[in-house]
Amino acid sequence: MVPVDYYILLSAVLFTLGALGVLIRRNPLIIFMSIELMLNAGNLAFVAFANMYKSFSGQIFVFFVIAVAAAEVAVGLALIVEIFKTRKNINIDEMNSLKG
Amino acid sequence: MHLNETISSGFFFLAPWLVFAPVTGLLINLIFGRQFSEKVIGTVASLASGAAFVVSVLLAYSVSINHGEMVSVPLAEWIHIGTLQLDWTFRVDSLSTTMMLVVSGVGTLIHIYAIGYMHEDVRFKNDEGRFNRFFIFLNLFIAAMMILVSGDSFMMLFVGWEGVGLCSFLLIGFWYEMDTLGRSSWANSNAAKKAFIVNRVGDFGFLIAGFLMFWYLGSFQFDAVFAAAPAVAESAPWVIVAITLFMLVGVAGKSAQIPLYIWLPDAMAGPTPVSALIHAATMVTAGVYLVARSAPLYTLVPQAQYIVAMVGAGTALFAATIAVGQYDIKKVLAYSTISQLGYMIAAVGMGAYVAGMFHLIAHAFFKALLFLSAGSVILGLERGHHAHAHHVSHVDHGKKKKEGKKKEEERGHNEEHGEAFDPGDMRNMGGMRKTMPLTFWLYLIGALALAGIFPLVGFWSKDEILLDASLHYTSVYWQLTIAAFFTAFYMGRQIWMVFFGEPRHAAAAHAQESPKVITVPLMILAGLSVLGGALNLPFEGFHNLGHWLGYTLGEVESLPLDLKVASISTALALLAILISWLIYGRNTLRAGQPDPLKRPLGFIFTGMENKWFVDEGYFAVIVNPFKKISQFLADVIDGRFWHDFVHDTVILGTYNWLSEIALDRYADQKGIDAFANWLGDATQSISATMRKVQNGFVRSYALAVMLGVVLILGYLIFK
Repeated sequence: MVPVDYYILLSAVLFTLGALGVLIRRNPLIIFMSIELMLNAGNLAFVAFANMYKSFSGQIFVFFVIAVAAAEVAVGLALIVEIFKTRKNINIDEMNSLKG
Repeated sequence: MHLNETISSGFFFLAPWLVFAPVTGLLINLIFGRQFSEKVIGTVASLASGAAFVVSVLLAYSVSINHGEMVSVPLAEWIHIGTLQLDWTFRVDSLSTTMMLVVSGVGTLIHIYAIGYMHEDVRFKNDEGRFNRFFIFLNLFIAAMMILVSGDSFMMLFVGWEGVGLCSFLLIGFWYEMDTLGRSSWANSNAAKKAFIVNRVGDFGFLIAGFLMFWYLGSFQFDAVFAAAPAVAESAPWVIVAITLFMLVGVAGKSAQIPLYIWLPDAMAGPTPVSALIHAATMVTAGVYLVARSAPLYTLVPQAQYIVAMVGAGTALFAATIAVGQYDIKKVLAYSTISQLGYMIAAVGMGAYVAGMFHLIAHAFFKALLFLSAGSVILGLERGHHAHAHHVSHVDHGKKKKEGKKKEEERGHNEEHGEAFDPGDMRNMGGMRKTMPLTFWLYLIGALALAGIFPLVGFWSKDEILLDASLHYTSVYWQLTIAAFFTAFYMGRQIWMVFFGEPRHAAAAHAQESPKVITVPLMILAGLSVLGGALNLPFEGFHNLGHWLGYTLGEVESLPLDLKVASISTALALLAILISWLIYGRNTLRAGQPDPLKRPLGFIFTGMENKWFVDEGYFAVIVNPFKKISQFLADVIDGRFWHDFVHDTVILGTYNWLSEIALDRYADQKGIDAFANWLGDATQSISATMRKVQNGFVRSYALAVMLGVVLILGYLIFK
C-alpha cells in the first residue's frame, strides 16, 4: 500500500509544474494543458484523501472537476479558434489590447 | 338678548334684506349686466333699491305697532376677541327706520331718474358700456348706507361709513379720465381722491373716538356704550368730551363741515344723480345721523354740544356766502348743501335732534329735487348744444360743398368738439323758463323750499331749528338767520340767472325738455317738498316726527310755532329774493357781462367767487408743505440716504466686499476649490502609477494571482 504522503507529494509536484507552465509558456494550448495538469493534481489529492478517509466525497468532487475541466476546454478551445481566425496567431503576449 | 319674543310680531326678520336686496341687484347687474339692455339694468337696480324701500316701510310699520320699541335683529357673529363681543346685528328703531325710509325712498327715485340721465350722459361722453357700472355702484351705495343706518354698534356703523365713502369715491371719479367738460384730464379723479383723502382725516377722528369708547366704556354696542357713559362722565368727564369731539371730526369729514368741507364742492365732478343721492340727500347726512344716534353721549357734555353747534352754524353761514359767488349751477347747490348740513349739525349740536332730523328729511327732498332738476337743465343744455352744433355743421356742409370732403369733415369735427362748452355754467344759461317749462317749475318749488318760504317743507324744518337756536345759543341763532338770508339770495340769483332773461348761449336757446323718466321722479320729490312739512307741524297734536323719534331719543321738547322767529326768517328770505330780483332779475345778465355784484362788493365778491381762497389756504398750509416734505423724504431720506447710502454703499458694498474678498478669494478659491483640485490631481497621479500594472500580459496577471494565493496561504499557515 503506497502511503498517502507520496500521492500528496506527487500532486504538489504536478501542481507546481502546471503553475509554472501557465506562468512561463506563451502558447495557449500549452497553457491549457498546464491548467489541466493543475486540475488533475488536485484530482489526485482528492482521490488520495478519499482513499485514506474511506469517503466518497473526494471521488465525487473529482467527477465535478473533470466535468468542469471538460466544459472549460470546450469554451477555451472555441475561443482560441476564434482568435486564431482573426489574428492568424495565438501568441499570448500579443493579446494585450486591454492594456491600461 | 330679549329679541326672540319681540321678533315674532311684525316684519323685523326682514331687516337683513335692507342690505341683501341692493346687493342682489348689484350682483345681477355685475354678472349679467353685459347681456342686459339699459332698460333692464336700470329696472333691476331700481327694483333692488325699491325692495329696500318696501322693507323699510314694513320695518317702520312694525316699529309703530310695537309702540316704538327698539328691536335688534342678529344676523351673524362678527368679532369675538377677549372682552370685545361684536355681532352683525341690525337695529330697528324709529330713528334708524327714519333714515332707512329717506335713503331708500329718495334713493329709489334717483335710481329711476338715473336711467334717463345716464342714458344720455353715456352718449354725450361716448362710452355706453359704463351705464351698467353706474348702477352697480349706486346699488352698492344703497347697501353700504343701509349698513350705516341699521347697524347696532359704532363699528358696524363705521363699516357702512367707509362703504359709502368708497362709493362716493368711485362715483365722483366715475368719468375718471376726463374733466367735467369731457376733456381728457385727471380733474375728476383728482376730485375723487380729494374727497377720499379728506374723508380719511375725518375717519381718523371717528376711529380715535371708537378706540376711546372701547377703552373707557368697554363696548361698541350702542346701548352698552350709552349705559356705561353716565358713570364715566361722573368720574372722568374729559373722556366723553374727547369721544364726542373726535366724533365731531368724523362728522365734519363726512358731513362736510368746517374745516373739512372742501371735498364736497369738488365732488360735483360726479354725474348729477350721484350729486343728488350721495352728496346732498343721504351720505353727507350720515354725520347728522351719527350725532343724533350718539345723543346720549352728547347730552352728557354741554361743552361739546356748544362746539358742535358753533361748527354747524359757522359752516352754514360761511358756505352760504360762498354760494353767492359761484357760477356753476351744481357748485351753488353744493355750497348750499354744505350750508344746510351746517343747519342740521347746529340743530343736533344744540340737542334739537328732532329739528335736525326733520331738516335732514326736508333737505333730502328739496335738495335731491334741486340737484336732479339741475341735472335736467344740464341735459337740456347738452341736447340744445348738440342739436345746435349739428345744425350749424349741416349748414356749413351745404355751403362748402366745393371745398373738398376732407376740409368739411374737419370743420364739422371742430364744431362739435373744438370749443369746450360748459353746460353747468349759469352764464351760458338764461331764458330757460321758456325752453324747459316743467323743469323750471320743479326747480322753483325746490328753490322756494330751500329758501324757507311758507308753506313748503323748508319753512317748517328751518324754522324749528331757528326757534331752538333762539332758545339755546343766541350767536348760533343769528348766524343761522343771516345764513337763511344768503340762502334765499343765492337761490333767487340762480333762478333769475338760469330761467329768466334772454339766452346767453345758443345751447340755452335750443335747450329741450327732459323725458318723463327724468321728470316724474322730480314731480314726486316736488310733491314731497311741498307737503313734507306735514311730517312735523309746530302745532299741538301735529308733532308727528317728534313723537315718532321720541321713541328712540326719549322725551323731546316739541315747541309751538314762534311767530317772531318765523316772521323774521320769512321776512329776511323775501327781502333776499327781492334784492336778488333787483340785481339779477330786473336787468338780466347779458352774454359776457360780469356779475353785477362784482363792482359794488369789490374784493368781498372776489373772495366769494374764489371760495374765500380756502383751497389755496389748504394748499399753502398743508398740501404744498406736505408735498415738499414727501419730496424731501423721497429724494434725500429715501433716495440719497436710504437707497444710495445705506442700501448701495453700506449693505451692498459690505456684501460685495465679503463675497469677493473673504468668501470668493479665500474660502472658495483657497479652501473648497483647492481641496477639489487636489482630489482630482491625486486621482490622476495615482492612476498614472497604477496603470502600468495593467500591461496586457496574461502571464503577469497569472503571476500576480499566484503571488496573491501564496501570500494568503502563507498568512493562513503562519499566522
